[in-house]
Amino acid sequence: MIKEMRRGQVVGVNGNMVTIEFHDTVIQNEVAYVLVGQERLKSEVIRVRGKRAELQVFEDTVGIRIGDAVEFSGELLSVELGPGLLGQIVDGLQNPLPQLAEQYGFFLKRGAYLKALDERQLWEFTPAVKVGAKVKAGDKLGTVPEKIFQHWIMVPFAFQGEFEVTAIVSKGQYPIGTPVAKLKDVIGKEHQVTMVQTWPVKMAIKAYTQRLRPAVPLVTKIRIIDTLVPVAVGGTFCTPGPFGAGKTVLQHLLSRHAQVDIVIVVACGERAGEVVEILKEFPHLVDPRTGRSLMERTIIICNTSSMPVAARESSVYTGVTLAEYYRQMGLNVLLLADSTSRWAQAMREMSGRLEEIPGEEAFPAYLESRIASFYERAGVVKLRDGTIGSITIGGAVSPAGGNFEEPVTQATLKVVGAFHGLSRDRANARKYPAVDPLESWSKYKSFIDEAKVHKGVSILRRSHGINQMMKVVGEEGMSTDEFVDYLKGEFFDAVYLQQNAFDKTDEATSAERQRHVYSLIEDIIDQKFKFANKDESRKFFQQLRQVFVTWNSTTFQSVEFLHKEQDIRQRIADLSASPSLAIGS
Amino acid sequence: MHKVYSQILQIAGDVITVEAADVAYLELAEIRTSHGVSLAQVIRLDGNKVSLQVMAGSRGISTNDKVRFLRKPMQISCSQDLLGRVFNGSGQPRDYGPPLVDNLIDIGGPSVNPAKRIIPKNMIRTGIPMIDVFNSLVESQKLPIFSVAGEPYNELLARIAMQAEVDVIILGGMGLKYDDYILLRDTLEERGALSRSVLFIHTASDPTVECLLVPDMCLAVAEQFALKGKRVLVLLTDMTNFADALKEVAITMEQIPSNRGYPGDLYSQLAARYEKAVNFEGTGSITILAVTTMPGDDVTHPIPDNTGYITEGQFYLREGHIEPFGSLSRLKQQVNDKTRPDHRAIMDRMIQLFADYRETLEKRSMGFQMSAWDEKLLRYGKRFEEELMDLSVNIPLEQALDRGWKILADIFEAAEIGIKDSLIKEYWPKEAVAQ
Repeated sequence: MIKEMRRGQVVGVNGNMVTIEFHDTVIQNEVAYVLVGQERLKSEVIRVRGKRAELQVFEDTVGIRIGDAVEFSGELLSVELGPGLLGQIVDGLQNPLPQLAEQYGFFLKRGAYLKALDERQLWEFTPAVKVGAKVKAGDKLGTVPEKIFQHWIMVPFAFQGEFEVTAIVSKGQYPIGTPVAKLKDVIGKEHQVTMVQTWPVKMAIKAYTQRLRPAVPLVTKIRIIDTLVPVAVGGTFCTPGPFGAGKTVLQHLLSRHAQVDIVIVVACGERAGEVVEILKEFPHLVDPRTGRSLMERTIIICNTSSMPVAARESSVYTGVTLAEYYRQMGLNVLLLADSTSRWAQAMREMSGRLEEIPGEEAFPAYLESRIASFYERAGVVKLRDGTIGSITIGGAVSPAGGNFEEPVTQATLKVVGAFHGLSRDRANARKYPAVDPLESWSKYKSFIDEAKVHKGVSILRRSHGINQMMKVVGEEGMSTDEFVDYLKGEFFDAVYLQQNAFDKTDEATSAERQRHVYSLIEDIIDQKFKFANKDESRKFFQQLRQVFVTWNSTTFQSVEFLHKEQDIRQRIADLSASPSLAIGS
Repeated sequence: MHKVYSQILQIAGDVITVEAADVAYLELAEIRTSHGVSLAQVIRLDGNKVSLQVMAGSRGISTNDKVRFLRKPMQISCSQDLLGRVFNGSGQPRDYGPPLVDNLIDIGGPSVNPAKRIIPKNMIRTGIPMIDVFNSLVESQKLPIFSVAGEPYNELLARIAMQAEVDVIILGGMGLKYDDYILLRDTLEERGALSRSVLFIHTASDPTVECLLVPDMCLAVAEQFALKGKRVLVLLTDMTNFADALKEVAITMEQIPSNRGYPGDLYSQLAARYEKAVNFEGTGSITILAVTTMPGDDVTHPIPDNTGYITEGQFYLREGHIEPFGSLSRLKQQVNDKTRPDHRAIMDRMIQLFADYRETLEKRSMGFQMSAWDEKLLRYGKRFEEELMDLSVNIPLEQALDRGWKILADIFEAAEIGIKDSLIKEYWPKEAVAQ
């Protein structure tokens, strides 16, 4: 059946919003193209009123004229899913950027779109079902090796009901477009299945049986996170912070070290330079778990701040849809979105152009529900064959003025499981990661025993309290015992919670090492020291800190590591005392 | 012959609305009034109603004045002839030279493909320790100077321009005081740099709308030079005036304001400009330094706030010096591991100690007893301020690092400062005697 292309024409232009008049029908959120000279500008229908509709254009709108033609595609904004996604660098609409660069050079060309997946590449397909098998959406029909994973070729997620396999190709090399199976539905109609399927980005893929509670800690190798404010596999967390507090560095560290199968980085409306660091560094970094390049487990979606705003909005959805696709293969995926505030701002810009009644700070009234439904796409799921897959979502938030009371931060805090608040004071004092240990919280469990963690938190609180008090009554107003508690808190912060991202060893601490080091920290917190006076105690902790920092940059369980540890234990033993002797100056 | 329209329906602020057909979005037009001819740019199309922002302002426009659409977007001539010239916010000569019409290019061109960007790796030395040691400036970086009215930010800009090793300097003035314009121009001229500079100057007395195009013109020209292999330094002063002009037009167009009257797309607007900073692989680069004066010295004001999220760090200029806290060069890590092995350690530790010093100052001002440690911090802070922080200090990086070690060694014991043993062994001044 050939349908005539539905058309319309431009009647108004306001920034990246174009108003059109249509004759036939339009579908809300369908993709349309505005024809400007030789260029076809991709857009999305975002509101329909009478015979007019508003489109958000995913491109610069310069040069559009009243009367320019518009073509409707009948399809919702979708992504292509199939083997070959891993290691890709795409924009918010899934156009592969390196391929665009090959064709068009330094600058992004308006109206130039490319297929996300290479249609000529051959993949080694191994069937996993036999003719006659009964299957449903999401079931594995076969596998192809993609990088280090077995990539499942599945029954398309859009297929509803049960199907019978009537044909399946034998093991061999095929390009993605080849029909690999034929499925018969209940009324006897046959459907061809290839290795690639499309899925609308704004809908969640739900081809699983059950969503489970996230209970397993995700090892990020960032000590302050793993110990104090942990994240669970399949959980959600947010990282709000003022500019310069190190949100992006923290996200980069997570993308490198978090123990997951696949990392999807969505660079949403942030600096291009930051993405470039990932683009150029990841291919050369080795994933210690697999011994292969980090890029092989990474997908980068890159819609930086100077790229079209509307595509920024879709980049977040593109990212989470790709994550869902790999979750359907029983993999653990980490999605990092930097920054969700820019995504919210993209919504605000469009809402303003639509002249919707504004909510707080002119954000649209649906801001909260959009944020909630995005984070709700995370989770641990049990697939139909019993395999478990997960998506963990971490969103950076860039609150205006660094003030967490603003709408995006508040809406995000309501729906996430962990809050890593970055503090400008800590960043100014070069205390990185600048996660505020007292403000931040997590609803998940750490791999370090809760009672032990509690001890660390109490000494931080106590130390903070004493510090505040000292600002009023001075050092002389505190007893030596109190002063030592203050020093213990500072020490814990300096040698454990802070981590040097530019030291090869210190930047990532394994769970095993964290347990080991934390138990020594605990000993120090518990220890009663005999100090003659405050200056002596200060000097002791300064020196201990010095040794500890050096210890942090030695390889775990190396000779040097053991030697330094011995040194630390000796220093503590030298100054320990029975409680009766520990009387202040 | 272009069609002429003379049906002006509305004049509000500096925006006029005219009834016209076959007009393109962001197209340029010319308005002929009894006071002269002005350029205008299409900023909204609604059926046959076309809204234009008038560069020279709307004062004196009559409802029957003639509007002629030029069927092209804003363009600027770009060639070697630009060097040494001064233009206004509409791209017309401000000096006495001839107008340039060759090799016209569109301004506000497309964004660079992120996949074509490269990791910046060249440090730009300035001879200012607060920059070189603590927050190194890097080729292709975009950095604002956050300051307040009255601070010598234009002088700082001029000094960096003179000392930085670049091929072309492009200066964009927005709402610039006439005196400051003369100061900047004369500094460039005296030091023989005018011949490799291009100036786009909008002064405070010029119509507001004219300042909107200044950054785009500067950056379009910069891009052309960079593509020809030149290292270009773009200086913009003051971006706050640019943002205020955006606000003015947005309000006139009855856009819903988001924060303190600024339009919701302020971030995207600023980003579109700052993101032009780039290092083209195999050819040239664009580095952007932009002054942003903070209204009421408030960094949470929408302009500095949005800027900070876009740029790769910021310098705070306060009380005549670059503040160590808050000032940040995000790209410094790309270069400061290639200078000297002690660079990072000195940078981190000296700042931490300086933070402790500030805390001690606070304690002292509240009348608390000073411990022996506090006394050391006080001596340290004073020397840090005098020997490194003062803007008049003009020494190369290596000398500044040595000076840092000297200050540390004069005051502290090696074990007190928490720097890795290996570095202490190599750099701790041997003759130093701890006091």
